[in-house]
Amino acid sequence: MTGSSTASRWSLRFLALGYLTILLLAPLVMIFVKTFQDGIGPPIDAITSPDGLAALKLSLITVAVAVPLNTVFGVGCALLLVRHRTRLNWLIDGVINLPFAISPIVIGLSLYLLYGTTGWFGPTLGDAGIKILFSTPGIILACVFVSLPFVVREVVPVLQEIGTEQEQAASTLGASSWQTFWRVTLPAIRWGVAYGVVLTTARVLGEFGAVTIVSGSISGQTQTLPLFVSKEFEQFNLPGAYGASILLAMLALTTLLLMNLLKRKDDA
Amino acid sequence: MEATTARAPAREAGIRLPRAGAGLGMGMVTLYLSVIVLLPLAAVVAKSLDNGTGSFWDAVTGTQSMAALKLTVVCSLIVVAINAVFGTIIAWVLVRDRFPGKGAVNAVIDLPFALPTIVAGLTLLALYGSDSPVGVSVAFTRTAVVFALLFVTLPFVVRAVQPLLMELDREMEEAATSLGAGGFTVFRRIIFPNLLPGLAAGVALAFARALGEYGSLVLITGNIPFKTEVSSVFIRSQIESGNEAGAAAVSVVLLTVSLVLLAAVTFAQRWGSKGSGK
Repeated sequence: MTGSSTASRWSLRFLALGYLTILLLAPLVMIFVKTFQDGIGPPIDAITSPDGLAALKLSLITVAVAVPLNTVFGVGCALLLVRHRTRLNWLIDGVINLPFAISPIVIGLSLYLLYGTTGWFGPTLGDAGIKILFSTPGIILACVFVSLPFVVREVVPVLQEIGTEQEQAASTLGASSWQTFWRVTLPAIRWGVAYGVVLTTARVLGEFGAVTIVSGSISGQTQTLPLFVSKEFEQFNLPGAYGASILLAMLALTTLLLMNLLKRKDDA
Repeated sequence: MEATTARAPAREAGIRLPRAGAGLGMGMVTLYLSVIVLLPLAAVVAKSLDNGTGSFWDAVTGTQSMAALKLTVVCSLIVVAINAVFGTIIAWVLVRDRFPGKGAVNAVIDLPFALPTIVAGLTLLALYGSDSPVGVSVAFTRTAVVFALLFVTLPFVVRAVQPLLMELDREMEEAATSLGAGGFTVFRRIIFPNLLPGLAAGVALAFARALGEYGSLVLITGNIPFKTEVSSVFIRSQIESGNEAGAAAVSVVLLTVSLVLLAAVTFAQRWGSKGSGK
C-alpha cells in the first residue's frame, strides 16, 4: 500500500464511521438518555400501567400467532420453490416479495377495504358475529401480511446450498419423505429458519403503519406497543412513550445480537 | 456463498414428495398468498376505480395529493442518492478495512431494520426536534423527511453491495494497478462495474421503502399538507376523512411504482448472477 492509499483508507473509514455515528448511534444513545433522564421509575411505571401491560400482552399474542403461521408457510413454500420447479415459480416469488415493496399504510388500507363495515367481507362476517377490523384478528392479519417474506427469503438460499444428496441417501435407505424432512432437511436448514423467525418477530413487534389503520388504537384493547408509544406521545405523556420505546429498542438490540449469532452459526 | 450457484443444478431431484403432494402444496401456497396478500390488494385496486377512471385521476392529480406525491418522490430520490454513496463507502470499509470493533459496526448496520419505525421517529424527534441537544432543529420541515428516510433506508445499499465486494477478485485490481492505473481509475473501471448490479438492487429497494415509509415520519414531520405531508400520510388522512376511493387511488399509484421497482430488482439480480459467471 502506498502513502496516498493509506490516506484514502483513513478518510473512507472516517466518512463511514462518522456517517454511522450521526445516523445510527446518536439516535440510539438518545433513546436511553431521554428515557432515564428522570431515573428508572417513570418508564417502569409507564410499562406496568394497565394500558401498557395490555399493549405488551397484545403484542405478544400477535407474535404468538403471526410468527408460527409465517414460519410454517415460509418453510413449505421455500421447499416447493426450490425442489419443485414449475412454470409459476417466478410469479409466486414475485408475490412473496410484494410486502417488502408496499407501503404499510397501503397494506392497512387493503385490509380495511376487505373487512370494514362496507368492505367485501366485512358485512357478511359481521352478520356471523366475527369482528376482524378494530380487533385482534385484523392486527394479526396486518402483521402476517407485512412479515410474510422473511422466512421464505432466508430458507430458499440455504435449501439451494445444501443440495439433495443427503435427502436422496435417506430415501434410498427407506425413509419416508416425512422422515426425510424431519431428520435430514430441517436440521440442515435450522439456522436459516431461525434467522427468518428472528426477522419476522422483530417486524411483527415493531409494525406500526399497517396496524394503525386496522386497529383503531383503543387504549387497553387494540393497542400494540408501537401504537401505545404513539398514543402516549400524542397525549403528551413522554415518560410513557419513552418507556415503551426503550422496551422495543431493547428487543431490537436483542434481535441484532441474535442475527449475528445465527449468521456466525450459519457460516460455521 | 459460492456454493449457492455451484450446486444449483442439483435442485432437479430433491425430496421426493409424491406429485400429488407437490400439487397440494402448490395449492396451499397459492391459497395463503391469495388470502393474505392478493385479495386485499385487489380490494384496493377495485376501490380506486369505484367511481370510474375520471375520479381516479382527479384523486391522484388533486393539488394536495400531487404535492404529497412530489415531496415523497423528490425526498426519496435525494435520500437514495446520499445512501448509495455512503452505503458503498460503508460496505467498502466493512469489507476491505481492518479496525477494532468492526464486528460491532457491521452488526449495528441492521438497526434500522430491527428498530420499530415509531421508535425511530420518536428518537429522531428528540435528537433533531425543537429542544435538540445537538443544536440541529429540523422538526416539521422537509429536511426532517430526508433525515428520517436516511435512517430507515441505510441498510439496503450496504447489504446489497457488501457480498459483491467480498466476492470481487482482487487479482483484477492488482493487475490494473501493476499496469499503471491509479486508485480512482481502478474503482471506476474495475470495482464499480462489478458492484453495479448490487448497487442497483439496493437503490431500488431503498427507494421503494422510502416511497411507502410512514412510522418514522409521522412524529417528526408534523404532517403539514403542501409542506411536509408525504403520500402515505396523505392516504391515511383520506381514510380518516372517509374518502376511501381517493385513498385507494393514490395507493394504486404507489403500488404500481413498487411493482415496477420489484421487477427492476429481479432483473438486476439476474443480471448480477449472469455477470458472476453462473
